[in-house]
Amino acid sequence: MAARVAVIRFPGSNCDMDAVQAIRTLKGARADLVWHEDKAVSDYDAVVVPGGFSFGDYLRAGAIAAKSPAMERIRKAADQGLPVLGICNGFQILIEAGLLPGALLRNSTLRFVCRWTALRVDSDSTSFTRRMRKGQVLHIPIAHNEGRYYAPKGDLARLSREGLVVLRYCDEDGVPSASANPTGTSDNIAAICNRAGNVMGLMPHPERGTEPLLSPSGSDDGALIFRSMLEAA
Amino acid sequence: MGLTGEEAARIRRLLGREPNETEWAIFDAEWSEHSSYKSSKGLLRRFPTKGKRVLLGPGYDAGVVDVGGGYAVTLHIESHNHPSAVDPYGGASTGIGGVLRDIISVGSRPIALVDVLRFGDPERSGHSKWLFRNVVRGIADYGNCVGVPTIAGDIEFDESFERNCLVDVACVGLARKGSVILGEARHPGDLLVLVGGSTGRDGVGGAAFASKSLAKGPESERKSVQVPDPFMKKLLIDAILEVAEAGLIRGMKDLGGGGLSTALSEVASKGGCGVDVELGRVQVREPGMGPTEVMTSESQERMLLLLDPKKAERVARTLDKYEVPHQVIGRVTGGNSMKLRWNGKVVVDLPAKAVAEAPLIPRKRGPAPRQARSPAMPKTPPLGESLLSLLSSPNISSRRWVYEQYDHEVGLRTVAKPGEADASVLRLPNGAGLAVKADGNSRHSSLDPRKGGAGCVAEACRNVAAVGGEPIAMVDHLQFGDPSDPEVYRQFVETVEGMAGYCEGVGLPVVGGKVSFYNEDVGSGRAIKPSPIAMVVGLIPALKKRASSSFSDGESVIAVGETRPELGGSEYFERVLGVVGGTVPAADPRADSRAYKAVAKLVRTGVAASAHDCSKGGFGVAVAEMCTRNSIGATIDLGLLPGGALSDPEALFSESHGRFLLSTRNPVRAKSALRRAGVPSAVVGKVGGSHLSFERGRKRVARVSVDSVTGSWEEPLGRLMG
Repeated sequence: MAARVAVIRFPGSNCDMDAVQAIRTLKGARADLVWHEDKAVSDYDAVVVPGGFSFGDYLRAGAIAAKSPAMERIRKAADQGLPVLGICNGFQILIEAGLLPGALLRNSTLRFVCRWTALRVDSDSTSFTRRMRKGQVLHIPIAHNEGRYYAPKGDLARLSREGLVVLRYCDEDGVPSASANPTGTSDNIAAICNRAGNVMGLMPHPERGTEPLLSPSGSDDGALIFRSMLEAA
Repeated sequence: MGLTGEEAARIRRLLGREPNETEWAIFDAEWSEHSSYKSSKGLLRRFPTKGKRVLLGPGYDAGVVDVGGGYAVTLHIESHNHPSAVDPYGGASTGIGGVLRDIISVGSRPIALVDVLRFGDPERSGHSKWLFRNVVRGIADYGNCVGVPTIAGDIEFDESFERNCLVDVACVGLARKGSVILGEARHPGDLLVLVGGSTGRDGVGGAAFASKSLAKGPESERKSVQVPDPFMKKLLIDAILEVAEAGLIRGMKDLGGGGLSTALSEVASKGGCGVDVELGRVQVREPGMGPTEVMTSESQERMLLLLDPKKAERVARTLDKYEVPHQVIGRVTGGNSMKLRWNGKVVVDLPAKAVAEAPLIPRKRGPAPRQARSPAMPKTPPLGESLLSLLSSPNISSRRWVYEQYDHEVGLRTVAKPGEADASVLRLPNGAGLAVKADGNSRHSSLDPRKGGAGCVAEACRNVAAVGGEPIAMVDHLQFGDPSDPEVYRQFVETVEGMAGYCEGVGLPVVGGKVSFYNEDVGSGRAIKPSPIAMVVGLIPALKKRASSSFSDGESVIAVGETRPELGGSEYFERVLGVVGGTVPAADPRADSRAYKAVAKLVRTGVAASAHDCSKGGFGVAVAEMCTRNSIGATIDLGLLPGGALSDPEALFSESHGRFLLSTRNPVRAKSALRRAGVPSAVVGKVGGSHLSFERGRKRVARVSVDSVTGSWEEPLGRLMG
């Protein structure tokens, strides 16, 4: 049976259709757009919280969506072990909702940045990276204003130690150098997960990197994240 | 009020009575230059507007073009110059908001934004830097939030824009061929529903504001700038497209310049019906607003829907789901009167046709200036140095600082991205690609409006051809000073003639456009340089590969098209030598057509591995730009360039039209294809090494390292803007 993925649509989500389209092209996947007020989340095998500007990012990116009733249902799904993936604004929402630790601050340049990035896989045991190997370099674009991951120093060390840092911005050789860091994010962090490895948030947009025609490097690396998720679902 | 005494007298005659305050305000908005095109309409008829792909031409909210497989692409362009000069962030944002509404109002989904920016010299003016930075941020914040990618544009800096910047935004939409919606009231009894944001005092009199020069200093005009709300716009887009795609809308019109005045009078006059509206039902944002303000407010994020009453309930349900406000404000009536009530009492009763059809104004056209003598050529600095200076010019250097602030990926359609090739390429659902580019050259236009007009169309066509596209349609934006100045009007007439003649010659239909007059410096009263802009879209029948404009090691370099001694208005003349004048490049539509076809085919088939057009900075800059991405040099023999005898500066920096550079591993095949097509071309060099060298036979003309090329070109804009 095909795994069923719910892509949650908040007012102001704008990468929701893209996520649905990207997942639907994969074998063994069904994806539905689920309006945030609909109660159907429990019928699904995995949940994607897509990018965009939910509720206009008023107050603070992700803050209002994090308090919506949909979030309670997503929290329950996460507790039951379903894969829950937050992309960009979805990552901001998961952090605001407390499903993931830390905070996302404005980029150090104080500018929005849309760019293809190289990412090093630092953990291959999560629900979203099980089809990758540690050290592998992925090419996936970013597009955001508030993606500078922040956590107190001690927490950063703990995240690394416990393998909760999943992706880091790196150069083509896989080195997470300062020049490869597009936003000033702590320790080049692009993605983190929870302890159980079934909830991940990432700033890059895997849905934009699933087809060679759309990728400057001709890769389909974004699909690896969704394929891993479907396998874990 | 902006109406002339003559117009006021005409209105009194038309009505046979003295209009009241609200009626005057309605005429003022609708008869403004901005809404009525009263100075330009006659001349714009010269543009060719028909073609086998044209489904809807000028005169509607957007042009509609058949792209095959049951799909259509919609196009519209607008400017928001005066608002952006007053409030760069808000002005640019609401410019995007406006052009999106036009695309939505024909029932199409916006899939790409394009922006064309003209500002004062950022190397000299802090004010221009401030304006530019905030305009870019305004476009970014709005476009990124509504989820429509900003994929292409064109930027020029020139001191003539110091006090009157130009902010042009264009939008491309996508629709099913049969589902285009028109802004026409054709069915008496239909409901008029106002959808979206509330109506406030912002933008009151905005159309009139756009139709005069920035008079008293910008601060006094702040109230004429609208307030942006991209979140509301996003909800509006989602909600309206949902009901449009379900076939529930009979007609639709966006509320832009002129607000309700323009929207109501135009749907009525275009559809041959009348309207009966209760203005008291319009949801206002501020207390104490009267009928005049309600009619002329240009508050953003509003649309007028025309609904069959039987379907109104279903539409309301969808709008409620997105929490988009909506009110039934009236009905379509038989006859032709525009009847407006305020709490039941009729406050306006005007014939809609009279309101919508402003009388044309005949303008005087000044004589062509005497042919200026060719400027004396000063002593030229070393050519390698000049090349690096050109590469670091804000008019030529990398635009990365700008386009990285725009989300150009959302929608999963952007195949060739900004900075990768000459035009951006969108993937369409029928498997074809749509190449998109907008261009203009105000220096060429200022020296020779006719050649400049033809030239901007030619440049946009070249960019489209360089990614493999066949030009299929164009929209234009014509920006000038005060049309009552005979010299300005002469520039306008010659520009239109130049553009129209070129479009005719290459068989390119114009499906829409805009005119913006009164762009001038408040202090000196000096008009901007004439600034026609052409946005051209091209079709790539089956999109299989990504276009590139970068050299790779070992490729041969082919120069396509003839280089002529045409340095007038070039970046070399004006930036390096400080010379204004000379022979402006002339575009030859017949020769160009052949080159477009041949080059596009070589790109599509992959025979040409990369392609780049020669425009600003000429052949020398084009070659250098192709070296940057892969950090690879080339050796070029200028003596082999097609064309007559040329001096070294002419060969390197002349901005002649109709030229391309191709790189290929199969020069024999590429050459013979070009020869068969009757296009002059020559293999002029090879890619490789760490230097870019220009030679003539054995003599070296200029040699620079690739590192210095990249260093000069990559950073200047980012450094300037900080």
